Amino acid sequence: MAEIIVVTSGKGGVGKTTTSAAVGTGLAMQGHKTVIIDFDVGLRNLDLIMGCERRVVYDFVNVIRGEANINQAMIKDKRVDNLHILPASQTRDKDALDQDGVQRVLEELAKNFDYIICDSPAGIEKGALMAMYYADQAIVVTNPEVSSVRDSDRILGILHSKTRRVECGEAPIKEHLLLTRYNPERVEKGEMLAIDDVLDILAIPLVGVIPESQAVLNASNQGIPVILDEQAEAGLAYQDAVLRLLGQEVDMRFVSTAKKGIFKRLFAGLGA
Amino acid sequence: MSIFSYFRKSKPSSASVAKERLQIIVAHERQRIDQPDFLVDMQKEILDVIKKYVSVDNDDISVNLENQSDCSVLELNITLPD
Repeated sequence: MAEIIVVTSGKGGVGKTTTSAAVGTGLAMQGHKTVIIDFDVGLRNLDLIMGCERRVVYDFVNVIRGEANINQAMIKDKRVDNLHILPASQTRDKDALDQDGVQRVLEELAKNFDYIICDSPAGIEKGALMAMYYADQAIVVTNPEVSSVRDSDRILGILHSKTRRVECGEAPIKEHLLLTRYNPERVEKGEMLAIDDVLDILAIPLVGVIPESQAVLNASNQGIPVILDEQAEAGLAYQDAVLRLLGQEVDMRFVSTAKKGIFKRLFAGLGA
Repeated sequence: MSIFSYFRKSKPSSASVAKERLQIIVAHERQRIDQPDFLVDMQKEILDVIKKYVSVDNDDISVNLENQSDCSVLELNITLPD
């Protein structure tokens, strides 16, 4: 039985697609058969982030409508085994997704995959609701910033009320907070919400903290999921998050400036 | 030096302002989501009636719906001026 994980946030631009690509790739690297589905019908971008935009022939909506079968629409990743991408349609709108159609596709994928990652569009409209409806787990991507935190809280409310597990009276969706674009220096200066501030408000378990990093833009420029960049803190932080998602205990890295602080303190000591 | 630290203490960091604002708005919105849709309209109408007789502010009235096991309690809290 496949585990369905929705990557959601409410607010746009916080890193949902970057996270979907990174977490999906990370799970596949750990040996789990994984497919990442782009639910952002009309504004697809997962293909670009994964670097397979020129290999898209059929899409999610084609499969729902029976115009193509799932194997024709899925794109196999060339870098990582066990990884597939199901792109969104670029020409239709969000109403092209219907609940029965989405359910049929997910059921078929569940036969062959361990993990199904649903990359949600921003907002709380149909595409976002469809992406979360069948989820077993949710990764709520949040920036340490007021509008993102507020929207994440709203999304958590919707996860608690408008999903299959709630409607069927099953165990609730397992929620994970992923804090992205975290800048420890600004946190220490009091210019940015700290991890604990966000945790106090949203009150769900933390699965990872991704530091703000140039590497994320570099990776998306090239169509390589940032988790494959082992030189980058952001890539390593995503690797840690994937391990935590799989139930391992991993210490948080890159969440304080202590490492750089040694030199600073040394110089400060000499100066005084 | 003491003057600078005095100023620094008197102004809270922007992050703590952000946290405080978030805590208030999030608590407010969570309460709202649990309420039935008519509660906001009802609150407005009750306030209009009260305003006909006494001068109260929008902030002086709070309407709360509490669900206990088999009954719902509608609580009206109106602060009347002296």
